[in-house]
Amino acid sequence: MQSELILAGGTVLTADGPVETDLRIVDGHIAEIGGGLDGDERIDCTDTWVGPGLVDLHAHFREPGQEWKEDITTGSRAAAAGGYTAVVVMPNTDPATDAGHLARFVADRGAEAGLVDVMPAGAVSKGRAGVELAHLDELWAAGVRVFSDDGDVVADAGLLRRAMDYLAARGGVISQHAVDVGLSRGGHMHEGAVSSLLGMYGIPSAADDVIIARDLKLVEVTGARYHVQHLSTANGVAMIADAKANGLPVTAEVTPHHLAFDHHAAEGTDPVYKMMPPLRSTEDRDALRRGLVDGTIDVVATDHAPHADHEEEVPWEHAPNGVIGLEWAAAVVNTFAGLDQEAFYDRLSVAPARIGQIEGHGLLPAIGVPANLTVFDPNREWTPTVTLSKAQNSPYLGLPLRGKATITVYRGVVTAVDGAVTGEGS
Amino acid sequence: MNHFLTIEGLSRDDLGGLLDDADEFVEVLHRPIPKVPALRGKTVATMFFEASTRTKMSFEKAAKALSADTMSFSPGTSSLSKGESLKDTVLTIKAMGTDAMVVRHTATGAPWRIAEWIEQPVLNGGDGAHQHPTQALLDALTIRQHFGTLDGLKIGIVGDIRHSRVARSDIQAFSTLGAEVTMVAPRTLLPVVPEVFEAAASEDLDSVLPDLDVVYVLRVQAERGGASVFPSLSEYTARYGITKERFARLKPDAIVLHPGPMNRGVEIEGAVADDPRALILDQVFNGVAVRMAVLFRLLGGEHAE
Repeated sequence: MQSELILAGGTVLTADGPVETDLRIVDGHIAEIGGGLDGDERIDCTDTWVGPGLVDLHAHFREPGQEWKEDITTGSRAAAAGGYTAVVVMPNTDPATDAGHLARFVADRGAEAGLVDVMPAGAVSKGRAGVELAHLDELWAAGVRVFSDDGDVVADAGLLRRAMDYLAARGGVISQHAVDVGLSRGGHMHEGAVSSLLGMYGIPSAADDVIIARDLKLVEVTGARYHVQHLSTANGVAMIADAKANGLPVTAEVTPHHLAFDHHAAEGTDPVYKMMPPLRSTEDRDALRRGLVDGTIDVVATDHAPHADHEEEVPWEHAPNGVIGLEWAAAVVNTFAGLDQEAFYDRLSVAPARIGQIEGHGLLPAIGVPANLTVFDPNREWTPTVTLSKAQNSPYLGLPLRGKATITVYRGVVTAVDGAVTGEGS
Repeated sequence: MNHFLTIEGLSRDDLGGLLDDADEFVEVLHRPIPKVPALRGKTVATMFFEASTRTKMSFEKAAKALSADTMSFSPGTSSLSKGESLKDTVLTIKAMGTDAMVVRHTATGAPWRIAEWIEQPVLNGGDGAHQHPTQALLDALTIRQHFGTLDGLKIGIVGDIRHSRVARSDIQAFSTLGAEVTMVAPRTLLPVVPEVFEAAASEDLDSVLPDLDVVYVLRVQAERGGASVFPSLSEYTARYGITKERFARLKPDAIVLHPGPMNRGVEIEGAVADDPRALILDQVFNGVAVRMAVLFRLLGGEHAE
C-alpha cells in the first residue's frame, strides 16, 4: 500500500535557501515539491520551518546495563518528540560497546523501537579502560563511524595516536571527551569565583584546553578526523578555529546547557546543573554562542544523560554528571543562540549527519531524498513540564523556552506531533 | 529565620543580635545549675555524616542546657553503610520525631538539600569546605569578649583557607562586623579566586604579623583533599607556623585563636597554644553558648514555655 503525506505551506529549507512551499512524501521519500499540493493526509505547516530531521551526535540511552536510567525505547521516544530522526548513542554502557556484536545489539534495539535511527558509537579502547584498542575493525563492519571513550578521556596519547592511525585510512572520526585527568581530579564544578566561594574543588578550563591542544598535534601527525565533544571553553573555541584555518580535519560540538547557562547556575548546589565539563564562566558561554553562530562549532549535541531521581537526591558532590535534553535541545538553541533557519538545520542536522556519516539524514529536502524531516516553529513560547525520558534531571523543566519541534517525520512516517509520540513501532 | 545554614547574607545586626543572645547564655552556663527549660519537650537530632567530636558534643551540650532531648546519628553505625540514600536516612529520622536537625557533611550544600526535604529547621554544623556558621559565631564572640568590638580590628587568618569552611564563615562574619581580614597562606592554600572574599590576601606571614590584633590559626588538614598542596610539613611550619619567635613579634595585646583540633608543632607551637593569650579553650566554651543562641532562635521564641 502506498503511504502518502503532505507538509503544506511551511518555509522549506532547500538547496536554494528557504522557500514557502508544500512537500509530498510517498513511501518514505520526498516525491514532489511545489505549491498547492493536495492529498488525504495534509499537515498545515504555515509559519514554521521545514528542514532535515535533527541528528544528535552525542546521547546516552544507557542500554545495555543501566536501564533504570533510560533504555533505547524511552530514549528514542524522547528523541522523536524533540524532532530527532537519528541519534548517535555513546558506548559507555555495561558492557561498553567495544565489539561488533555489541554495536549490532544497540542498532537492532533501535530498529525495534522504530522511532529514530539509533547509531551506536564504538569505544576507542577495550572496556573504555584506556589501555588496549577496542575491536575497531569489527565495530566498523557493524556500521560504527564514531569512536569515543566518552565519560572518560582517551588519556594515553600513544593509544590515541594508534587509534587515529587505524581509523585515518577508513575515515572514522574520534570523538574526544577532552578533560585532563590530573587537572580535573576531585573537581565537581568550574574552577573560578563560584567554586572559591563554595569551597568546592574546581575543574579549571585548562583541563579541557590541554587535551585539545595535545590532540590537535596528533591530528597533524596522523591526519585522522577528530571531533571535540561538549566544547566548554573560550580557548577551546579559539583552538578549533585555528585548526580549521590550518586545514586540519577537526570538528566540534557544543551542548544546549553550555549555551544556556554558566557557572553561576551552580551557586545553589542543585545537582541538576552538574555537568562534565562543568558550566563555565559567562565569557566562555558567550564564546560558545558566538562560535556556534559563526560556524567554528559545527554541531549542537545534546549529551542527553539520564539519571534516576534517587541518584539526583544527593548533595552536589555525590551527584552524577549530566542532564537530559533531547526533547528541548532545539528549543534551547533557538532561545539562547538565535540561529537563522539555515544555520539551525546545519548545526542540528546537516553537520552532525556528515560528521557521523549517517546515511539518509541531514539531507536538504529535494525530490527523491529520504523523508527524515523536522518541522520547527521558531516562535512558539512554551515551558517544558513533563518528559518522555525515564529520567527528569533537567534544568529546563519549568524554564520558559522559545521554539518547538512540532512535527517529526522519520522514514516518511510522522513519529511525533507537538512533543507527543505518534508513530510508535512503525 | 527558618534554618541556620550560612553566615553569607547575614547583616551586622543579625550577627550582633545572635552574639548578644549568646552573651546571655554564657551567663546561664556560669550558673550553679547551668540549665534553662526553654526547649523542654523539643528534640534535636545531631546528624554528623562526617566524623566530629567537639562540634557534635557542643551542639548536644547546648541542646541539653536548653532542656531539649537529643538523638544522634553517626554514619559508621548507620544504614548509610548498608547503602541507604541520604534522603531516606533523613526522612527516617524525621519520622521518629525531631524538631531540628544539626547536619555535618563532607559534601558542600548537603544541609541545603536536607532543608528542601524536611520542614523542620536545619542547622549547618559544617558542610565540605563551604560554611561552618556556628564556628564563626563562637570565634566572633571570643574576639568581642576580649576587645569589646570587632570594629577596626586587624585579623589574620593563617593556613589552609582554600579547604576551610571555618575560614569562609569567619571571613564573612569578621568583615561584616567591621574587622579588616587578611588571608595568609601559600598560593596553593589560598582560594583560587581570593577576590570573592572581603579580605586581603598575602603569602608573606612575617610582613603581616606585626599589625595583627588577632591571629587565627587554621589546622593543617592532612586528611582533606589528598593532593599534596605543599612540599613538607616542616617547610609549612618554617613559613607559616605560629612559633614562639613569631608570637613574640605580635602586638602585646594580640590574641591567638585556633578552631581545633590542633597539630602542635605544625601550625602552632605548643608553648603558644598554652599561652594565656591563646584563647582556644574560651572558644570551645563559647561554642556551647552560641549554639544555645541559635537553637533558641530557631526553636524557642513565641513557642517556648
